[in-house]
Amino acid sequence: MVETGHFALVLAFALSLVQALVPLFGARINSQKMMAVGGPVAVTGFALTSLSFAALATAYATSDFSVANVWDNSHSLQPLIYKITGTWGNHEGSMLLWVLILTFFGALVAAFGSNLPAPLRANVLAVQGAIGATFLLFILATSNPFARLNPAPIEGRDLNPILQDLGLAIHPPLLYLGYVGFSICFSFSVAALIEGRIDASWARWVRPWTLVAWMFLTGGIAMGSYWAYYELGWGGFWFWDPVENASFMPWLAGTALLHSAIVMEKRSALKIWTLLLAILTFSLSLLGTFLVRSGVLTSVHAFATDPTRGVFILCILTLFIGGSLALFAFRASRLTAGGLFHPISREGALVLNNLFLTTATATVLIGTLYPLVVEAVSADKISVGAPFFNLTFGPLMVPLLVAVPFGPLLAWKRGDIFAVAQRLMAAFAAALLAVLVTALFIDGASVFAALGVGLAFWLICGALTDIAVKSGLGSVAPGIMLRRCAGLPRSVFGTALAHLGLGLTTLGIVGTLCFGTEKILSMHAGETVQLSGHTLRFEGLYPAQGPNYSEDRGRFALLGADGSTTSVITSSKRSYPVRQMTTTESGIKTIGFSQLYLSLGDEATDGSVVVRLWWKPLVTLIWGGGLVMMAGAAMSLMDRRLRVGAPSRRRKSTGAVPSASLP
Amino acid sequence: MTVRFSLASLILLLTLLFAGAALAVRPDEVLADPALEARARTLSEELRCMVCQNQSIDESDADLARDLRVLVRQRLVAGDTDRQVIDYIVSRYGEFVLLKPRFNLRNALLWGTPALLLLAGGIFIVLTARSRRSTPAAMLTAEEKAALDKVLGN
Repeated sequence: MVETGHFALVLAFALSLVQALVPLFGARINSQKMMAVGGPVAVTGFALTSLSFAALATAYATSDFSVANVWDNSHSLQPLIYKITGTWGNHEGSMLLWVLILTFFGALVAAFGSNLPAPLRANVLAVQGAIGATFLLFILATSNPFARLNPAPIEGRDLNPILQDLGLAIHPPLLYLGYVGFSICFSFSVAALIEGRIDASWARWVRPWTLVAWMFLTGGIAMGSYWAYYELGWGGFWFWDPVENASFMPWLAGTALLHSAIVMEKRSALKIWTLLLAILTFSLSLLGTFLVRSGVLTSVHAFATDPTRGVFILCILTLFIGGSLALFAFRASRLTAGGLFHPISREGALVLNNLFLTTATATVLIGTLYPLVVEAVSADKISVGAPFFNLTFGPLMVPLLVAVPFGPLLAWKRGDIFAVAQRLMAAFAAALLAVLVTALFIDGASVFAALGVGLAFWLICGALTDIAVKSGLGSVAPGIMLRRCAGLPRSVFGTALAHLGLGLTTLGIVGTLCFGTEKILSMHAGETVQLSGHTLRFEGLYPAQGPNYSEDRGRFALLGADGSTTSVITSSKRSYPVRQMTTTESGIKTIGFSQLYLSLGDEATDGSVVVRLWWKPLVTLIWGGGLVMMAGAAMSLMDRRLRVGAPSRRRKSTGAVPSASLP
Repeated sequence: MTVRFSLASLILLLTLLFAGAALAVRPDEVLADPALEARARTLSEELRCMVCQNQSIDESDADLARDLRVLVRQRLVAGDTDRQVIDYIVSRYGEFVLLKPRFNLRNALLWGTPALLLLAGGIFIVLTARSRRSTPAAMLTAEEKAALDKVLGN
C-alpha cells in the first residue's frame, strides 16, 4: 500500500507535467484535441494524489512504523483520531495535503469549467498543472513521506503532544483550502495574461473562487487562533508571530481581491488591478509556505544549515512570483481599462478599501521580513513583534473600519455621500450611545476602550442598516418591506453578514483587551478566589490517566451567589512519557459570550499550586465573528452559483432586483 | 508563538518551550506596589524572551525570561525610569531583545513603509482618476453611429 502511494505520487507528477504542457501548447496552436487533454488529466492527477494521500493516512491509521514518517510522528497508543490527523501533523504529510488540495481545485475547474472558453480553460489548467508539478517534485525530491525503515521499529516516537488536539483535524485543512484556493485565481490571472485579454467569463469565474478561498482561509485563521488560545495556556488569541503573519497576509490581500473583484464583475473597472491582486495573493501564500517550510524564520543561519528544502521552495517562489509578475509587466498594457466612475461612489469606496488593505498587507510583510533582511545585510539581529504591529497595523485599520458601513450604501458610478450619511444616522446614534454607556458606566478611564466599543457598534449597526435600507425601511409599508427583504439578492446578505462579523470580531477584541482582568496566585485546596464577580474554589489536584499520557487534574468549583457549586472547571498538567513533554490544558468556562480561563502552574513543596486566572469578556465574539464572516461568504456563493453553473439561466433569474441600482 | 501552518517546523522549538512548562509571571515575582508592577508588566510585553520563537518575557515560561522579569523589577524598584530599564537590558542583551524596534535610521524603512505606501497609493489613485477624466470618452465610429441610429429609429 505504501509503495502504491509512492508510485501514485510519481505518476501524479508525470501527469501534472502533461497537464502543464499539452493544453498550453494546444491553446497556442488552437488545437481542440490538445486543449481537451487538460480536463481528464487534471481529474486523474487528483485521483492519483488522493490515492497517495490515502496510502499515507492508512499507514498512520494502522501504525505502520516501517514508514519513517509514521514512526517519527505517531504512537500505537494514540487515539485513532490523532493517528489520522497526524498524517498532516508533520512537514512531509502537510506538503502532501497541500498538493492534494491543489489537484482537487484543478479537478474542480476541469469538472465545472465546461462553459469556459476552451483556450482559457486550457491555460488555467496548464498553470494549475505547473504549480502541481513543482510541488510534487519538491515532495518527491526532498520530502518523501513514504521512506521505509529497515528493520521496522516496534513503537513510534509519538505525535507532538501540542498537536494531539481536534484543532489539528480542522485548522490545517481549512487553512490549506484557503491558501491553495487562491491558486485558482492566480491561474486564471496568468491564463488571462497569456491570452492577453480578459473577457466576461473571466470576471464571473474569479469572484466565486476568491469567495471560496477567502471563506476557508477565514475559517482556518479563526480556528487556528482559537486553538492557540486554549492550547498554549496563556489566553492570547493573536501573537503577530511570523507564522501567523504568513497566513494573515494572503487573507488581507484576499480580502482586497474579493472587493476589487466585485467592481470588476459589476462594472468591469479595475481589471488590471484585480488581476495583479490575484497574482499577489497567491504569491503571498507561496511566500508563507517558503517562510514556514524553509526554517528561514528562526534565523537566516538555520536556513543555511539545511538549505535543500528552503532553496527548492525559493526556486518555486522565484519561478511563479517572478514569472507571473514579469508576464504582468509585459502584457498588462494590452488589457483595456474599464469603466469610469466618480470618486464618491461604490467603486471609489472599494478603491479606498483596497488602498488600506494592501498597505496593511505590506506593513505585515515588511514587519515579518525586516529582521531577516537586517540579519542578512548587517549581521545584526533585531526583533519585530506585537508592539510594532499594534502601532502600525492598528491605525491603518481604524479608518478602514470607520468607512465600511458607507461602502455598500453608496451607489455605483456616482454616489451621494450626504444621503448615505443620513441613512447611517441611526447606526451613528447607536455607536455614540455605546461610547457614552461604556465611558460612563463601565470604564471611564480608557478613551480607547469607549471608542473601540463605539466602532464595533458602528460596524454592526451599519451592516443592519444596509439590509434595512435596501429593504425599503421608512419608504414602504412593513409588509412590502419584508417581501422586498426576502427578495434581496443573496450577495447583499452576504456583504451585510461579512461586515457584521467584522463588527463582532472587533467587539470581541476590544472587550477582551480593554475589560479583561487577570490574577496570578498560589492556591491551596479549599481556598477561594474572586475575579470580576466570579468566585472560584480550588478543590485540589487529582491524578488521572489518559491513553498515552498521565495528568494532574486541578478541579475548580465555580460558586453561585449562595455559595453552592454551579459548575466545575478543570485545568490539567499533562505529561507525555514518549516525548517527555508536559502540556498545560487550560480550563475554560463560557458564560454568555465571555469566558473564565484558568491554567495551572507548578506545584510548590507546601502543596500549593500556582494558578493563573483570566476573565475574558466577549472573547468568543472574536471567533464567532469569523464564523459569521464565513456564513456571509457562503451566502454570497449561493447567489453566484447560478451564475457560474448556468450563465444563460442567469439572465432570467436575476433581473428582478438589480442590487446595484438600489438606494 | 503558536501552532499553525508551520506545525512541523516549529515542533522542535515548541518542545524546548514546553519542556517543563510552568506559567509566565509567577506569584513570587509580583511587586507589592501595583503602580510599579503595572509598569513592569508593560515593559515585559516589549521585551523578547531570547530562547523562544516570538514570545515576550511576560508570556514565556523559560528560566531566562524569568531572570529578565526579575531584573526588570529590580531596576524599577531601584528607581530607574522605563527608558533606563530598557537601555540597561539592551546594553546587556542587544537590540534583539526589543519586540518594538527602535526609531532609528536603520529601521526607517520599517517604520516608514505604512505611511509612505498609503501616501504613494493615494497620490497614484488621484492622478489616475484625474488623467482618466481628462481623456474624453472614445467617440463612436461611423458604423456604430449608424447602428445606433437604426436602433433608436432615427
